[in-house]
Amino acid sequence: MKVRGKDLKKDDFERTIKIEYHPKLLYAWDAGYAVGKFLQGLKEGKILGIRCRKCDRILVPPRAFCELCFVPLDEWVELKDTGRVNTFSISYISWDVRRLEKPEIPAVIEIDGASPGIGILHLLGEVKPEEVKVGMKVKAVWKKESERIGAITDILYFKPLKGEE
Amino acid sequence: MKPYRKVAVIGAGLTKFMRRALETGRELSFYAAKEALSSSGLKFKDIQSVVMATAPDAFDGVHMKGEYLADGAGGFKRPYMRSYVGGGSGVFAIIHGWYMVASGMFDTCLVVAEEKMSSCQPHPQAAFNSIYDHTLERPLGVNLLWIFALEMQRYMHVHKISEEEIALVSVKNKKNALDHPSAQVAEEVTVKDVLNSEIMAWPVRRLMVSPTSDGAAAIVLAAEHIARRVSEKPVWIEGIGWCLDTSFWTNRDLYYPDYVEKAARMAYEMAGIKEPSKEIHIAEPYDPFAYKELHHMEGLLLCKRGEAAKLTAKGVTQRNGDLPVCPSGGLLGVGNPIAAAGLMKVCEIFWQLRGEAGKRQVPGNPKRGVAQAWGDLMQVGTVVVLGI
Repeated sequence: MKVRGKDLKKDDFERTIKIEYHPKLLYAWDAGYAVGKFLQGLKEGKILGIRCRKCDRILVPPRAFCELCFVPLDEWVELKDTGRVNTFSISYISWDVRRLEKPEIPAVIEIDGASPGIGILHLLGEVKPEEVKVGMKVKAVWKKESERIGAITDILYFKPLKGEE
Repeated sequence: MKPYRKVAVIGAGLTKFMRRALETGRELSFYAAKEALSSSGLKFKDIQSVVMATAPDAFDGVHMKGEYLADGAGGFKRPYMRSYVGGGSGVFAIIHGWYMVASGMFDTCLVVAEEKMSSCQPHPQAAFNSIYDHTLERPLGVNLLWIFALEMQRYMHVHKISEEEIALVSVKNKKNALDHPSAQVAEEVTVKDVLNSEIMAWPVRRLMVSPTSDGAAAIVLAAEHIARRVSEKPVWIEGIGWCLDTSFWTNRDLYYPDYVEKAARMAYEMAGIKEPSKEIHIAEPYDPFAYKELHHMEGLLLCKRGEAAKLTAKGVTQRNGDLPVCPSGGLLGVGNPIAAAGLMKVCEIFWQLRGEAGKRQVPGNPKRGVAQAWGDLMQVGTVVVLGI
């Protein structure tokens, strides 16, 4: 078998013509029916879930239809702002691949009041990376009410809930 | 499912996999396609349809990349289609090629997969971030490594698997790749080297991650009457399967890839396979990260859940073991030009079953192999079973 291809050395590559391309793109993403109401809940300091009457799951993030039963959903349930860490990472790389000195701790958090295994992606804070464990109990730390805008970042992060291991 | 006609792979070709190729994506596609054609016994004029796999347009900065690449894949003035399910695309492409021929629409199909990730600067990873939900996830400052780190951690937690056990996959695949002429990151490393490599997003370390790559792969498919005429050793497509799971990924237990199992069951049923761990002789599961090889061996039902790490530690997955896994060197050793990496795995099974894998040849005249790719938001499994 013949395999072709010229692998450029780093110096050669540095000399290639580069074109800066900064398209001015502005996206106005609609949150939709279900996430719209979820965001309104966050603004009020509440985590809202939605229940499927057919499979009985209580889901978060909420959605307008159950993807398993393929039926519309409209039964809203107020969940707690506490939960358990389902899985986590200690990330030393930023979104644009810069090295971080202080790591970020993304986690999937199973929200209390939702069905088992039903979680959301968020960040952990007020915790040393080496102390994070799967199954750890956590609670949302909210922005001040006057600063909330109806966004996922209205929750700053989740912190360990002491004494409830 | 009742396939209409038997379809064979009769040729395969690859370029080198490189960190930064001088060649354009079209040129890489042409090299791989030409090599596949010349090994197939067919001429370009005999090709009746073309399937092209290539992953996000954002890498190349070329919108509708499938059309841009068509000329290099021989897609000019022929029925041409692009296959695209993220990282799963390379194996999705042979599935689409199978349809072209098994349906009776065409007697031949050229299947080409290409990726050129180096164009996107300073790192193509940032182009991946738009796979996350725009309202609920991207504002958190996501990066692509997160999903792998979260999945790996969940997998390790549920099965009590150590980082050492996972590091063995990097050691094996990087070593296997030393015998691969296309390899980009082949090297002898130890478990200690892997565990001392820099933490990217714990538990993921640098030597547990495949590189970004430029490269292309191609195969030629033919209906039975053509394959038997032009090829001494046709390799038959015995089964295909694919499956997509929900994009509400934080509602799934990431420790097990259910969708890979569903895809595998579909392919095995078509191939008449009852006990995959006995009836599959070699496997090329998708290994963009070290733990993914183990995760996918389990999803492909090649072992019990949580058992893949033990088999690896026992040497079962070495080239001379009972079930050679990633004898090519995989994405961890050969490299990961996304769509091309999946089709590279198909090429490897093709060469292994024909006894043409050279220094990489596994002993014991394997008769049947499985290749699998994976992608989207930890969502898709694409599977093909090949046999002679």
